[in-house]
Amino acid sequence: MDFYLSTLIQGLCFSAIALGIYISMKIFNIPDITTDGSYTLGGAVTAKLLMHGQPVYLILPVVIAAGALAGALTGLIHTKLKVNALLAGILVMTALYSINLTLMGRSNIPLNGIQTIYNLINVSGNPDHNTFWILIVFVAAITLIIGYLLKTDFGIAMRATGNSESMIRSLGVNTDRMKITGLALANALTALSGFLITQSQGFADISMGIGIVITGLGSVIVAETLINWFKITSVWISLLLVLFGAVIFQSVIAITLSIGVDPNLLKVVTAVFVLLIVSLPRLTSRFSS
Amino acid sequence: MIDIRKVHKTFNRGKANQVDAINDVDLLVNEKEFLVIVGSNGSGKSTLLNLVAGSVLPSLGTIHIDGNDVTKLHDYGRSEWIARVFQNFLSGTAPDLSILDNFRLAALRTKHKGLSIGVDEKFKKQVKEKIATLGMGLENKVEQPMGTLSGGQRQALTLLMSVIDTCKVLLLDEPTAALDPRSANLVMHTADQLIKEFGLTAILVTHNLKDAYTYGNRIVLMGEGEVLKDLDEKKKAALKQNDLFDWFG
Repeated sequence: MDFYLSTLIQGLCFSAIALGIYISMKIFNIPDITTDGSYTLGGAVTAKLLMHGQPVYLILPVVIAAGALAGALTGLIHTKLKVNALLAGILVMTALYSINLTLMGRSNIPLNGIQTIYNLINVSGNPDHNTFWILIVFVAAITLIIGYLLKTDFGIAMRATGNSESMIRSLGVNTDRMKITGLALANALTALSGFLITQSQGFADISMGIGIVITGLGSVIVAETLINWFKITSVWISLLLVLFGAVIFQSVIAITLSIGVDPNLLKVVTAVFVLLIVSLPRLTSRFSS
Repeated sequence: MIDIRKVHKTFNRGKANQVDAINDVDLLVNEKEFLVIVGSNGSGKSTLLNLVAGSVLPSLGTIHIDGNDVTKLHDYGRSEWIARVFQNFLSGTAPDLSILDNFRLAALRTKHKGLSIGVDEKFKKQVKEKIATLGMGLENKVEQPMGTLSGGQRQALTLLMSVIDTCKVLLLDEPTAALDPRSANLVMHTADQLIKEFGLTAILVTHNLKDAYTYGNRIVLMGEGEVLKDLDEKKKAALKQNDLFDWFG
């Protein structure tokens, strides 16, 4: 497959996870690492149902619901039992490993020769081009829905919940319920990434989610750096930058591999890249002064 | 309007650091009354305000607002009647949201925040007109994030936000404590004007005895979680500023 195209496809598949992390981390200010589990959950549900011959249009809502349920669970533990958000996420993520394994029945489900979302419609003779165009439409639809949601009265209340909790409570919003809804939404998006990747790579694997949270975080941090740099306040541009961040992040990984870096060192490269982006504002200000 | 009956509030009950913040307080605040509460630190005045707001729930006793039993309602459940201005100007507004979005949420204080887009040109015009009445020149900055404004500007806007939706009770928790004297004057003046214009029932908790003397038509002195003095409009009018200082002497 063409190098750039495959990178782009990976980036688009991960843009849902990036949007999810953007919602939990930037909008709600909650470090949510249910992600690793709900991503695999999305993949596991997709593979299992595809294997049983279920149509994609039925699998999609099931994946969304499964991810939302996982997120809502983290939200419930965090708000109702007053457990630290990070710990709540770790608990649900850990439990999800067993649930995913039970669901799949084995550690890997290959999807050879099974009809997926990418060969549902044929817009191009080249299957990779076909995948690309279907992903573009899919990601555009998600982005439009999230963007619209954030512009609505409900969305403004969501954004205020992570920004000034005392204010939004005095304006009549149950912040516990809002956080549960937000985490459900974030993890539904994460599960969607699992749904997209599983069909794109042609298999689901129990370990596919290990460390995936860094992919979302990295994408959002790239986006955030640009948002701060250009002082962006528009919701739409922010979301587009998150998508851009997801693609950039995948590009860095792809380029690293293509220049011959040992794949075993990939996670080090990923960590260093994220660190570099996070510390970039401080480094530049130190150099200039 | 606000009926507080036999309310107790104990924090950390049964522990070594147990605090009886409010002891058997009975207080009836009538409609359109502007009650000022003063008292030293730890006297229970802020707890009392939080009990009315619903940020803390009473250990014993009942609270009614406008005839409704709200004793067990949390703060977000009381927004139908109550608007608040906080001591910390950061608490009353969302800094990363635009002024317009902040006003949109305030306009929905008593209503459902639904899945439709409410910030349109009509709403924008309405907000601009409201903000223009402050005379601070902020009406052309409604798209800016709230966080770019000064503390005084944010408190003034918080006040304005409290009356953009129907409001019966306004709670002011040391609204000027974090402001410079000039901004403080402006905020208190605006508050007083809005309370009169909209016929609000208001409670002001303050450490500023000059404000306590200047504003309001009833004054209560709290100490040890109890109401020590309660002066109605007539008695408050007869009160001299020095008498107030003597209360703390």
